Amino acid sequence: MSEGDISRALRRIGHEILERNKGSEGLVLLGIPSRGVPLARRLAGCIEDVEGTAIPVGELDITLHRDDLRRNPVRTAHRSRIPAGGIDDQVVVLVDDVLYSGRTIRAALDALSELGRPRAVRLAVLVDRGHRELPIRADHVGKNLPTSRDERVHVRVDEVDGLDVVRISGGESR
Amino acid sequence: MTKHLISSADLSRTEVEDILETASSMHDLQRREVKKVPTLRGRTVINFFFEDSTRTRSSFEIAGKWMSADTINLSAKGSSTSKGESLRDTAMTVDAMAVDALVIRHHASGACHQVAKWVRCSVINAGDGTHEHPTQALLDAYTLRTRLGDLDGKHVVIVGDLTHSRVFRSNVITLKTLGARVTVVAPPTLMPSGIAAWSAADGFATSWDLDAVLGGDDPVDAVMMLRVQRERMSGGYFPTAREYTVGYGLTRDRLERLVARNEDVLVLHPGPMNRGLEIAPEAADAPQSVVLDQVSAGVAVRMAVLYHLLAGDDTPPPTSTPVAHEGAAR
Repeated sequence: MSEGDISRALRRIGHEILERNKGSEGLVLLGIPSRGVPLARRLAGCIEDVEGTAIPVGELDITLHRDDLRRNPVRTAHRSRIPAGGIDDQVVVLVDDVLYSGRTIRAALDALSELGRPRAVRLAVLVDRGHRELPIRADHVGKNLPTSRDERVHVRVDEVDGLDVVRISGGESR
Repeated sequence: MTKHLISSADLSRTEVEDILETASSMHDLQRREVKKVPTLRGRTVINFFFEDSTRTRSSFEIAGKWMSADTINLSAKGSSTSKGESLRDTAMTVDAMAVDALVIRHHASGACHQVAKWVRCSVINAGDGTHEHPTQALLDAYTLRTRLGDLDGKHVVIVGDLTHSRVFRSNVITLKTLGARVTVVAPPTLMPSGIAAWSAADGFATSWDLDAVLGGDDPVDAVMMLRVQRERMSGGYFPTAREYTVGYGLTRDRLERLVARNEDVLVLHPGPMNRGLEIAPEAADAPQSVVLDQVSAGVAVRMAVLYHLLAGDDTPPPTSTPVAHEGAAR
């Protein structure tokens, strides 16, 4: 995906979120670090362009809820930044770069339940690469990328990496 | 990250910064309605305190509980230690119960270092004699960083009974690790022997004159007052308590002069405070005092330490007695 593809996908997702929610009322966007966070901010920008109202954006750190902590070296936990209005009775849209096993989102749902009780939780991802290991699906998808398990999907975003691109590497046939 | 936390010198700058960053996410948890994360579910932490303690023991216990670990408190009184069991036997007995971490406070310097050689679990030093108290240094650094930002180049003055202070030893190491400048002040009788070589090697200053340091050319960002440890005083270190206060206490007068030079100066004390001895009530309760911030940081920092020692890869080391699993061949 090129820079243009990414920004078109985000704009479309922004419209979809508004359509589904019938406006921007009660929306809260929460990015999942690291690359979900800039994506959530951009998505909020797209929505603001359409509706003219700013919507709250935050970060949800899920490190403490991961189910693979014991399999990996320790990761540093970071702070979650929840918008001042909280998430109680809001419609929370989780934003992440790649949806793969679904385990990150499972952790995010757990983290969320400790912060409050949203009216609804939705999921927006830039790339859905399949291979789910849990009954989780995305509500809004930038692009479905059928991949094999030995391939890697690289998402680079300007705010973190200095450029916007989605690439696949590895695997046998490519 | 190492398996144990025995000395502040075990931690590199990156590790200290990772722990403090994690601690800030733990600190947010303290303000939430549900103060619990599932991160250490199924882990067991034993707090073994051979010495009295309020804040360290309770904050380790709370830290473990909020991380969903099972925590158990033992004290020398009421355990087999009072029947004459040796430290080694007690430690190995507890270790044989397949616990994951042993938090130890002991009156003998080096006790944790010894125990770490005998057991399989992680050992965390919660204060050993007059040696070290690494989690106190971390929570002091956390408190300072919250108020002062990056500690690089900041000037911290540590005052009091340096000879008997494990808080001072760990603090100097951690503060130097984070790039702060440190000056330590004590009466000559309470200046540890050999400090000249240590201060030269680690690059910190020493002084016998508190007023000269506080009023000197080098502006002070924070003053850490150490407790006069009456229980370790066999007498003869200073003539009277009054004389100590006049020379080395943070009196109302000294605080006023400090604040006049730098309104944002911070006053720290690891507690428990001897009000009127090393710190005047006016200083302990001044807006510049962050004593209660230190206590509140204690839980967050200890959660972060438990997290960094226990959450990661736990490939079990080879054991002499394999743990029988349910359904395994017997």
